[in-house]
Amino acid sequence: MKRSCIAGGLLAALLTPLIAHADWEVNMTQGVTDLSNEIYGLHMAAFWVCVVIGIVVFGAMIYSIIYHRKDKNHKPATFHESTTVEIIWTVLPVIILISLAIPAAQALVKIEDSSNADMTIKVTGYQWKWQYEYAEDDISFFSSLAASSREASALGSEIDLDTVDNYLLEVDNPVVIPVGKKVRFLFTSNDVIHAWWVPDLAVKKDAIPGYINDMWAKVNVAGTYRGQCAELCGKDHGFMPITVIAKEEDEYKAWVAEQQAAKAALAASADKVWEMSDLMAQGKKVYDTNCAACHGATGAGIPGVFPAMTGSPITTGDIGPHIDIILNGKSGTAMQAFGTQLSDADIAAVVTYERNGLGNSVGDMAQPTDIKALRK
Amino acid sequence: MNAQAVEHVDHDDHHHGPAKGWMRWLTTTNHKDIGSLYLWFSLIMFFIGGIMALVIRAELFQPGLQLVDPGFFNQMTTMHALVMIFLALMPAFVGLANWMIPIMIGAPDMALPRMNNWSFWILPFASIMLLSTLFVDGGAPAGGWTMYPPLVLQTGAAFPMLIFAVHLLGISSIMGSINIIATIMNMRAPGMTYMKMPLFVWTWFITAYLLIATMPVLAGAVTMLLTDKYFATSFFSAAGGGDPVMFQHIFWFFGHPEVYILILPAFGIVSQIIPTFARKQLFGYSSMVYATASIAFLSFIVWAHHMFTVGLPVSAELFFMFATMLIAVPTGVKVFNWVSTMWKGSMTFETPMLFSIGFVIMFTIGGFSGLMLALTPVDFQYHDTYFVVAHFHYVLVPGAIFSVMAAAYYWLPKWTGHMYDEKLGKFHFWMSTIFVNILFFPQHFVGLAGMPRRIPDYAVQFADFNAISSIGAFGFGLSQLLFAYIMIKAVRSGKKATDQVWDGAEGLEWTLSSPPPYHSFSTQPIVK
Amino acid sequence: MTTSTDTQHYFVPDTTIWPFLASIGLTSLVWGFIQILNGNSGKFMMIAGAMVLFFTFFRWFGEVVHESESNAYSGWEDKSFRLGMSWFIFSEVMFFAAFFGVLFYARVLSVPWLGGAGEEYDTHKWLWDTYQATWPTNGPGNVGGEFGLVAWSGLPLVNTLLLLSSGVTVTWAHHALKHNNRQHLIWGLAATVALGTIFLICQGVEYAHAYDINLTLGSGIYGSTFFMLTGFHGMHVLLGTIMLFVVLLRSMRGHFTAKNHFAFEAAAWYWHFVDVVWLGLFIFVYIV
Ligand code: HEA
Ligand code: HEA
Ligand code: HEC
Ligand code: CUA
Ligand SMILES: [Cu+2]
Repeated sequence: MKRSCIAGGLLAALLTPLIAHADWEVNMTQGVTDLSNEIYGLHMAAFWVCVVIGIVVFGAMIYSIIYHRKDKNHKPATFHESTTVEIIWTVLPVIILISLAIPAAQALVKIEDSSNADMTIKVTGYQWKWQYEYAEDDISFFSSLAASSREASALGSEIDLDTVDNYLLEVDNPVVIPVGKKVRFLFTSNDVIHAWWVPDLAVKKDAIPGYINDMWAKVNVAGTYRGQCAELCGKDHGFMPITVIAKEEDEYKAWVAEQQAAKAALAASADKVWEMSDLMAQGKKVYDTNCAACHGATGAGIPGVFPAMTGSPITTGDIGPHIDIILNGKSGTAMQAFGTQLSDADIAAVVTYERNGLGNSVGDMAQPTDIKALRK
Repeated sequence: MNAQAVEHVDHDDHHHGPAKGWMRWLTTTNHKDIGSLYLWFSLIMFFIGGIMALVIRAELFQPGLQLVDPGFFNQMTTMHALVMIFLALMPAFVGLANWMIPIMIGAPDMALPRMNNWSFWILPFASIMLLSTLFVDGGAPAGGWTMYPPLVLQTGAAFPMLIFAVHLLGISSIMGSINIIATIMNMRAPGMTYMKMPLFVWTWFITAYLLIATMPVLAGAVTMLLTDKYFATSFFSAAGGGDPVMFQHIFWFFGHPEVYILILPAFGIVSQIIPTFARKQLFGYSSMVYATASIAFLSFIVWAHHMFTVGLPVSAELFFMFATMLIAVPTGVKVFNWVSTMWKGSMTFETPMLFSIGFVIMFTIGGFSGLMLALTPVDFQYHDTYFVVAHFHYVLVPGAIFSVMAAAYYWLPKWTGHMYDEKLGKFHFWMSTIFVNILFFPQHFVGLAGMPRRIPDYAVQFADFNAISSIGAFGFGLSQLLFAYIMIKAVRSGKKATDQVWDGAEGLEWTLSSPPPYHSFSTQPIVK
Repeated sequence: MTTSTDTQHYFVPDTTIWPFLASIGLTSLVWGFIQILNGNSGKFMMIAGAMVLFFTFFRWFGEVVHESESNAYSGWEDKSFRLGMSWFIFSEVMFFAAFFGVLFYARVLSVPWLGGAGEEYDTHKWLWDTYQATWPTNGPGNVGGEFGLVAWSGLPLVNTLLLLSSGVTVTWAHHALKHNNRQHLIWGLAATVALGTIFLICQGVEYAHAYDINLTLGSGIYGSTFFMLTGFHGMHVLLGTIMLFVVLLRSMRGHFTAKNHFAFEAAAWYWHFVDVVWLGLFIFVYIV
């Protein structure tokens, strides 16, 4: 038994520093909607049912292990059948299961009833970010992992994760919803299957390319709620978080107005001619949020999976095909059509950046009007 | 036991021993040789799959990326599961079936010995094909063992290798199962009626049926992936009128029965071992048989419980929830029967019994979390989190893997004629049991607290339990080195085992010498 | 312990290298194909693998035939073979079940959903609002472009009649075999093989026609299910025809007796299975 002592000691030694920085979360969140509370209740009910059955079954077993052993000279009994007890332990579980199934079914029916929603938000999954479109308010934006988290998580990064706000759970553009309103979410995807999950809202639904799923939530308490993509969607599946901010009605209204103003401002600047340096600066921003996940922050790509941008025949050749692959993507590969995601200015910027940054120096640049002309 | 082969007149050229040298292993038609091949193969693959698991656990020891990039992490997750399921656990069970079924039913050999050889020898080739994906352009498959499109279609050069490895593995399993069914139906000794068959034989009989019914479906599913990628079909693409979710239906129509394929033989093993060491007949033999059959039947109508979040119609969600919950009933019957077998027995606790008791307890814990997962609305919170990972590792590791270890300790003396080292065996059990719980129990907590599965990096609030879990993983892995050591030591230098081996053991296998003659029952025994 | 002294002896074959070689052949075959799919050269490997596999089967089954003809088997071994074949056919049934499942799923669920049926109202409204669910369809993306249809009343009907009559001719051959009428046996088998071959030719012609009218594997879900089901069925007809052809050759060499003719029955069962699958196809792929 010496070995087990050593192992035990080792374990204790390893664990001590951990316990220091802990808030030990061991259970499901109760969440902030009526349904999330109901689900939590069901979870606890099922849990206690299992605990009780476990105590009975394991109790009987342990009793027997203690008392019915050979070295206690227990003589084996000879019974090996009893229809009565077999019927009992078939029927009893059935009854227990029914008593669990009924409330579960009732909750399910409520959850799946998304009629009479106050507003609708369409959520589209992309590798690896989310797009939110407010059906009634004509607001649309992308939401990806905050740069602070991305930097800190990189292989070999020295950044102390405890200093990063909400490590891996922070996004650049959170989705904002009003409190007390039935918000209906529509889910779909642009490429592979993702799943939108916010535990506090008890909403988890797959976003399936070519199909629309729906789910709803009526948040009771204002606050910020965080979640993550919950369906394996490739390399950065672990890096497409969700941040929901639930605001009181009037604050929400203010937010909507703000978004619309920003949109108008953007449209006004669409035809302006950009300087090279502005394009490069904007291009780097666009590249880092949209392209770096695959093609690498330095443009090196991943051989065999994602082509390098540095020295690629496309990024260093004619500008036409270069713009084309970014606008239209390449079907059947992970290279998506960014034409639907980025503004003309952003595409012009990223093209320019790829041609004159990342180790390339072609020298030419693209203007938003060029992109506009190439859109079909 | 002195029954010798009654030579057939036409075949005086028959020599009834193994071929010499390594050719013996390539050319054998003997169920014991083939069984041993399967078992050694599976042990090696268990270690390979385990090393992949350790890569996963090492990366997850702390938040942040330390060792591998996310793409490689996904390759590890995918390959770990494929290796463990298709190359370690299933071959282990087939190996046990090969060794034990003919002996348990008093047969001279498997019904189709040449095909038996083929079933095995496809495996190493398929495995090499699968494992070599780690070295091709773009790396190994990284879309999860469930291979969901469209993601899996983004796999690089590994893609066709994955598909054809699955095909080959399927061919191997189907042939293996056909052989097992034919053996059981045709080769039983006189008097060995169906309802006298040992439960291990029964559970494998039903398992083989599940395999034959579901492996072809998997083959069909992956074939459609292949044509979707290379031949322009649109099975799983909405633009062409298909549906990515359709793949999931087909996959889980295979996949759910598959998980019972991984547990029914384990039920059989435990049902052999517990009566031996309780020195008391198995309680409720016939209800055990019916329960197994019910589980098998139900396993075909519950598949969509893996898909509660894909947006099924409510009616379907309700149906699959109810059907899934029902499985707890026959499984409960089994658990209660095992406990009743122990009840008022005269128990001793040799290593096989320890592993069996560990199995009953920890499998049941895994079953409980399964039942919780079955509740559709609650699964919305559990799905694709570590709660699910905890669930299935409880049923697979201290469940199925423990049962294989129990079987190895239980029958090894019979196979080799050598006893293993009991002290070390018990030590192995305790190490395994302690560490497996350190490994997988905390995963329930992180799962409930919101940690998704299949992620290489996680938010800091999950750090503590992940660290504990990783420590458990390394401890558990080290304990398995001990297992290999005990087995090899027993084979090479264990002390001589008696023919009866365990004083409470019953069944035809114990009537043979230890080790049994090369052809076990050339003349069939009569079972009364 | 007691042993029974009067049980039969079961034939446990000697060591054999064929299965191992078959594994090598099979692996090479698929490895070559993998290389081709990955854009490398793999043709040679594929052909070599296929040849090894074919040669191995030839020798392997040759041995079994030899054992059978030299009466190494009794009814006991025969039953193992029969069980083996029946369960193999069951596995084939499940293989086709998967594709029929796909066909029904597409027709009953996914295509109507894309067209806005039932709970999938939103899918239609938001993503495919101009799509009208019909069958046949190449989906809302009009994948592969407009395509024509193969009418059931043309070659498919001919093929149905061919396969149905081939079912009759094998039964005729079987009957003859059981009554030791070698002449009829051989004619019956030859007719069956001929019908199978004509079926395959018709199928080839039909495929060529389909590609002419732009009905291809790439024609959305309709083309996919159409070619997958009929294609796999065709491969099974080919396999069945080869099996029957071997049985025919063996019959011409005087193999089989009225009592002992497992290979014949195996091929015949297989043929009936292929036949039944075709009826399913004819109804659900072509007519309905
Ligand atoms: C050996 C393998 C095995 C076994 C035996 C089981 C057994 C069960 N599993 Fe599990 N399961 C897996 C392997 C297995 N599972 C795997 C691998 C996955 C994940 C796949 C993936 O996504 O990668 C999975 C996932 C999985 C899910 C999907 C979760 C999700 O992804 O969201 C669900 C949901 O219903 C589920 C349910 C069940 C149930 C109800 C049982 C039941 O059979 C359990 C029955 C047993 C008991 C309940 C305990 C004993 C009974 C009693 C003591 C009687 C009294 C009890 C009561 C009345 C409660 N399993
Ligand atoms: C039979 C099946 C089986 C078995 C036995 C195991 C065994 C183990 N599994 Fe596995 N696992 C699956 C089936 C199985 N798993 C499946 C189906 C998935 C889902 C995949 C997916 O999402 O697609 C999964 C996923 C999975 C995950 C989640 C990954 C993710 O979501 O990203 C994790 C993480 O901890 C894990 C861990 C382990 C560990 C630590 C073991 C251990 O029990 C392994 C122990 C064995 C060894 C460690 C090897 C032996 C020892 C040595 C080789 C010596 C060297 C040792 C040291 C130096 C310490 N598994
Ligand atoms: C989800 C992964 C992913 C993202 C994000 C992504 N790409 Fe790509 N990209 C790819 C893949 C995969 C290819 C290779 C396609 C092929 O097989 O030809 C590619 C190809 C390209 C090419 C052609 C390079 C060549 O040598 O073939 C360019 C240019 C390119 N991407 C630019 C971009 C830009 C600009 C962005 C961001 C706005 C971006 N990509 C974002 C995956 C991605
Ligand atoms: Cu998106 Cu995972
Ligand atoms: Cu399941």
